[in-house]
Amino acid sequence: MSRISKTDSRLREHQDAVAHDLYANRVKVYPKTVRGPMRRIKWAVLIACLAVYYVLPWVRWYRGPNQPGQAVLLDISTERFYFFNLELWPQDIWLLAGLLILGAVLLFLVTSLVGRVWCGYTCPQTVWTDLFMWIEKEIEGDRNERMARDAAPLTADTIWKKTLKHGIWLAIAFWTGGAWIMYYTDAPTVAVDFWTGSAATPVYFFTGLFTLTTYLLAGWAREQVCTYMCPWPRFQSAMLDDQSFTVTYQAWRGEPRARGKRVEGGPQRGDCVDCGMCVAACPTGIDIRDGIQLECINCGLCMDACDHVMARTGQAKGLITWDTLARQAAKKAGKKEPIRILRPRTMIYLTAMTAAVIVMSTALMMRSTLGLSVQRDRAPLFVMLADGSLRNGYTVKISNKTQTNAPYDLSITGLPGAKMVVAEGDPKPQTVLRVLGSSDGVETLRVLVTARPAELSNGAQPVDFILRDTATGAQTVYHSTFMGPAGYAGGR
Amino acid sequence: MPTKIEKDSVSGRDTTGHEWDGIKELDTPLPKWWIYTFYSSIAVAFVLFLLYPSIPYGPGYWHGLLGYSPRKAVDAEVAKLQAERKVSMDKIATLSFDQIKADPALLEVALTKGKITFEENCQACHGAGGSGHPGFPALAAGSWLWGGKLTDIQRTVTHGIRSGDPAAHTSAMPPFGELGLLKPEQIQQVADFVWSKFYGHVTEGQDVSAGAALFAQNCAPCHGADGQGNRLVGAPRLNSRIHLYGDAREIIVSQVTKPRMGVMPNWNARLDPATIKCVTLYVHSLGGGE
Ligand code: SF4
Ligand code: SF4
Repeated sequence: MSRISKTDSRLREHQDAVAHDLYANRVKVYPKTVRGPMRRIKWAVLIACLAVYYVLPWVRWYRGPNQPGQAVLLDISTERFYFFNLELWPQDIWLLAGLLILGAVLLFLVTSLVGRVWCGYTCPQTVWTDLFMWIEKEIEGDRNERMARDAAPLTADTIWKKTLKHGIWLAIAFWTGGAWIMYYTDAPTVAVDFWTGSAATPVYFFTGLFTLTTYLLAGWAREQVCTYMCPWPRFQSAMLDDQSFTVTYQAWRGEPRARGKRVEGGPQRGDCVDCGMCVAACPTGIDIRDGIQLECINCGLCMDACDHVMARTGQAKGLITWDTLARQAAKKAGKKEPIRILRPRTMIYLTAMTAAVIVMSTALMMRSTLGLSVQRDRAPLFVMLADGSLRNGYTVKISNKTQTNAPYDLSITGLPGAKMVVAEGDPKPQTVLRVLGSSDGVETLRVLVTARPAELSNGAQPVDFILRDTATGAQTVYHSTFMGPAGYAGGR
Repeated sequence: MPTKIEKDSVSGRDTTGHEWDGIKELDTPLPKWWIYTFYSSIAVAFVLFLLYPSIPYGPGYWHGLLGYSPRKAVDAEVAKLQAERKVSMDKIATLSFDQIKADPALLEVALTKGKITFEENCQACHGAGGSGHPGFPALAAGSWLWGGKLTDIQRTVTHGIRSGDPAAHTSAMPPFGELGLLKPEQIQQVADFVWSKFYGHVTEGQDVSAGAALFAQNCAPCHGADGQGNRLVGAPRLNSRIHLYGDAREIIVSQVTKPRMGVMPNWNARLDPATIKCVTLYVHSLGGGE
């Protein structure tokens, strides 16, 4: 059975010719412009994504004097991530890991429900390629015009149009690369510094790098990124099953495909008129009628293309439509198959997602702006003083994750009569140490604790360091130990 | 070797002939630009070979057209670092201890430098963190022989003890037993007194009055009537829970009979004054500082 139709023969001839070569020139894809609901959704998603990407770094957010005024900022030099009124420190990096896990599971869930819509609608590769293709179409014309132009000898008009196209592509690519940098430094400042030549070298380097990658990937590589480079198409099959909705050609209805009028009593013909519009519209240059394929990004543009044909030939729409393999098989057999959204696979993804959301939002809400960590000296483990009392040294780190200086009290429990001094600080022993935690900073103190515990039968005793913000009453505890010689009993 | 190249019925194309668990693959050629990228990375490798130190030959190696040398790069980095550090070390050399302590950033530099210097030079005798060893005072506990103020420590570190330096701390305890200044039974009496009165090991009903009298006469001039020691002559404090040569009665006897007396090098022979200031601050910060 050969189902190779004439319309997509260009690609096939090429493939046959090179079938035994290891390398071949890429067959350039000239997608035809389509109109329809899928195309409209794609435009809406594209505009939303690009608007967020380009505008977000310019959104201002007041955090106080001498604080960055940018709503979203990943400040590498001070190791802070700002997201509106959230400020994350490096030790909160697991939240980012959690967010990535959440994103991955969400992607799995969506894929098992509706296939690769990420690829077809929201992937940056798709979004920028779509934008670049639109510019190409506006300048060079639609599919047929572009094919004719590329096949014809070079004219002044072609040179001018191509130059204009690449110029605009480069301008957009530059804007894209520049916007990327703005997530890492203050946007208005870097925008000025860039042109006055006073920005840091990495700013120029990364702007250049992302300009180049955007231009190459969206302008030249296009569907090859999806076909040859991206890992997602490779493992998407692990998420799909016969209940997943994907863009599907309804072969039971379309075959046998044939051109010409459908006449009563004539030869038996399916609904597909073999016009090839679906192939012409496809941005990856494939034939959806071959079934679900690695190259298909599930964009649905072939649906829009075919629906027009169906309308013109007076047949029902939806010859290419969102459908599941199970429902297709049922329809072929003349049966009905219910839509099954809740199935073990989706339930597992949903459970994993809910768990991740609960864990992360609880952690985020309980995240303290007050940090205490205490490290006991290893050498010496303890020091006995002339009067027989014991002293232990601790390195205490106090982090203040707020924007105001905070007065803290550091005290110790579990060790009656314990006195503290800060090494090379005030030599007068205290039961409570006053520490001023400067805003958005870490204080490191070496605290020497002297005590005379009544007994230390095994040479150690648990103690708790308590840090209290005297302004807000917030407090945090760190468990540590106090050590001495085994069998110590008050130093006689 | 692929053996079963077939024609795929759907696409009409050949398969690679390989099969994995029933899955076959279409023989799809790679795009040409892919292989060109591969070739150009090989070309780039050769360019890098030319530009940078690469191929060894006989006695030497190809130095590269750019003249880059990782050794020189390290030397430059080190020189840069030393220039940066010199700023702080110059300040430490000229400022007083109080001025250094008033500048937290400078104090941190001094303490870090002091810690490293201590670990390299002092730790072998005085123990990690100044925890002390028998015969070597526990600096962290503040059992000073010659004083625990910053200036005291600085002087001791600079000139040493019995080191031969003209400004070194020097003193000697008479070998009471060896010279016959005290008879063996008198030494035992003194030891009984010191052991119970100052070391705190009291034996019920023991009469130490003879030892007390001998102590007042022979030892108190240096060690003090209450065994509090005397830093002017480096006489250790006796009324303490920690002892230079250990908490044992035999040690008292042997010290009175023929004392051991420690020697500490004069570090001005090895360390510059700024570094000595740093190590002084570090020793002071260990907890025993006064
Ligand atoms: S086959 Fe259809 S859904 Fe798939 S990539 Fe092509 S146009 Fe998009
Ligand atoms: S657009 Fe529709 S009718 Fe035309 S070839 Fe494709 S499936 Fe057949």
